[in-house]
Amino acid sequence: MRDFEYEAPTALSAAIELLAQANGSAKPLAGGTDLIDHVRTGRLEPDLLVDVKKIDELNVLELNGDGLRLGAAVPCYRIYGTPEISQQYAALTDSCRIIGGIQIQSRASVGGNLCNSGPAADSTPSLIVLGGVCVIAGPNGTREVPVEDFCIAPGKNVLEAGELLVEVKFPARAANSGSHYRRFIPRNEMDIAVVSVGASVVLDESKENFVSARIALGAVAATPLFAQAAGDALAGQPVNEESIAKAAAAAKEIATPITDMRGTAEYRTHLVGVLIERVINAAVSQARGEAICYKPGH
Amino acid sequence: MAKKRVVTTTINGDTHEFLCKPQQTLLEALRDVLGLTGTKEGCSNGNCGACTVQMNGRPVDSCLVLAVEAEGANLKTIEGVACGNHLDEVQSAFLEGAALQCGICTPGFIMQTESLLEENATPSEEEIRFYLSGNLCRCTGYDKIVKAVQCAAEQRQAANA
Ligand SMILES: Cc1cc2nc3c(=O)[nH]c(=O)nc-3n(C[C@H](O)[C@H](O)[C@H](O)COP(=O)(O)OP(=O)(O)OC[C@H]3O[C@@H](n4cnc5c(N)ncnc54)[C@H](O)[C@@H]3O)c2cc1C
Ligand code: FES
Ligand code: FES
Repeated sequence: MRDFEYEAPTALSAAIELLAQANGSAKPLAGGTDLIDHVRTGRLEPDLLVDVKKIDELNVLELNGDGLRLGAAVPCYRIYGTPEISQQYAALTDSCRIIGGIQIQSRASVGGNLCNSGPAADSTPSLIVLGGVCVIAGPNGTREVPVEDFCIAPGKNVLEAGELLVEVKFPARAANSGSHYRRFIPRNEMDIAVVSVGASVVLDESKENFVSARIALGAVAATPLFAQAAGDALAGQPVNEESIAKAAAAAKEIATPITDMRGTAEYRTHLVGVLIERVINAAVSQARGEAICYKPGH
Repeated sequence: MAKKRVVTTTINGDTHEFLCKPQQTLLEALRDVLGLTGTKEGCSNGNCGACTVQMNGRPVDSCLVLAVEAEGANLKTIEGVACGNHLDEVQSAFLEGAALQCGICTPGFIMQTESLLEENATPSEEEIRFYLSGNLCRCTGYDKIVKAVQCAAEQRQAANA
């Protein structure tokens, strides 16, 4: 592997200083499940890796009345290992359970998944539908960016040199809400999404009508996509096949997939419709407190 | 050129101090610096699980960990599974069930099975296949591996009863 220096600061300010001083030649290291391979294959050529796993702010995992705070370096297994998060932010834990295999989940963070900024990143649609906001720290202070505005192109995001993703924060969940994330892959595990869908729904008291919904898509555009029109199509509608079909049609309008080895554009667009229906129904079941008949990989 | 670093870790219960460069992976340090060649290299990119070790109680692909990240860590490798000449239930079950051919994947499968059985003493076939999905075998076709894991789980249950 390429020769590089390694630092593991414990203070957030020290990490920012190291990154800022390196002027673009340093990379933050979280779980390393993307980064180490990218350095080994020469896709990235950093002179310094700044291990961010020893910084307290990036290890926060806190659920309270105000919502959820998820430190950027928290590995997947800690997230799905917290039952309250699985209940309230189900889409997030659905994602964390299918990123790689168990060994990968011991190390891979949601922050790294987001900052790697792949169009098929499995946690990003869930972060979007759950209303996640990125807290970013840099030499000029702290700023916040909604997750749907974070990725700008494959492998590219809004982070400037010297900036670090500190945490993603989520609002508290509304009453009668549910969420789900699912991807389509030809294998059962360990694969990259052909298409993926995340959805979060809020139902009314009767649990028969949608109050609001947020839907996001993976692997059908240059970045994970917030399908706002699809979610809006459900607001105020009864929970039935017809309204869900309208949301699916709206999402298919927004999707701009490419044809590659994983599937043709036409196939992917079709899958958007199929998955949206299943994912919305699962989110509705979760909101109603019904059992969801879903196993990761099936 | 980056200077070598001193890393202090606990491996299989013993304290080790070794020198490595920041670009060396934990897999390389285990094999090339410490001579612990039981941990295997298959793909070097996190896909095959041949390099699986336990780090602070969690199974990880050691090819995706930098050796310097092991500072202060508690590691367990395949060399720490048997007790002297006495194989543990998982090792015996793989051996007796012929769950290996070339054997390159075996240390990784055994380490991953140890983690599985620590988390879930009575896994279903589906749970076994899911937990072991990060381990690839090009020889066996997996069925014998799954059966060996089931057998090891039963034997461990019986031993603890
Ligand atoms: C075998 C295998 C299977 C995989 N399967 C999947 C899968 O099913 N689905 C999926 O989505 N991904 C998958 N991945 C990709 C990878 O595991 C995930 O993207 C993971 O979440 C990355 O997190 P990490 O903590 O390892 O990030 P790292 O590799 O440490 O970092 C990723 C990138 O983000 C940057 N970065 C990390 N943290 C920060 C921060 N706080 N601020 C700014 N920049 C930061 C790094 O510099 C690097 O460029 C797989 C990878 C492997 C090797
Ligand atoms: S050698 Fe590490 S996963 Fe294949
Ligand atoms: S026995 Fe040869 S790879 Fe598994």
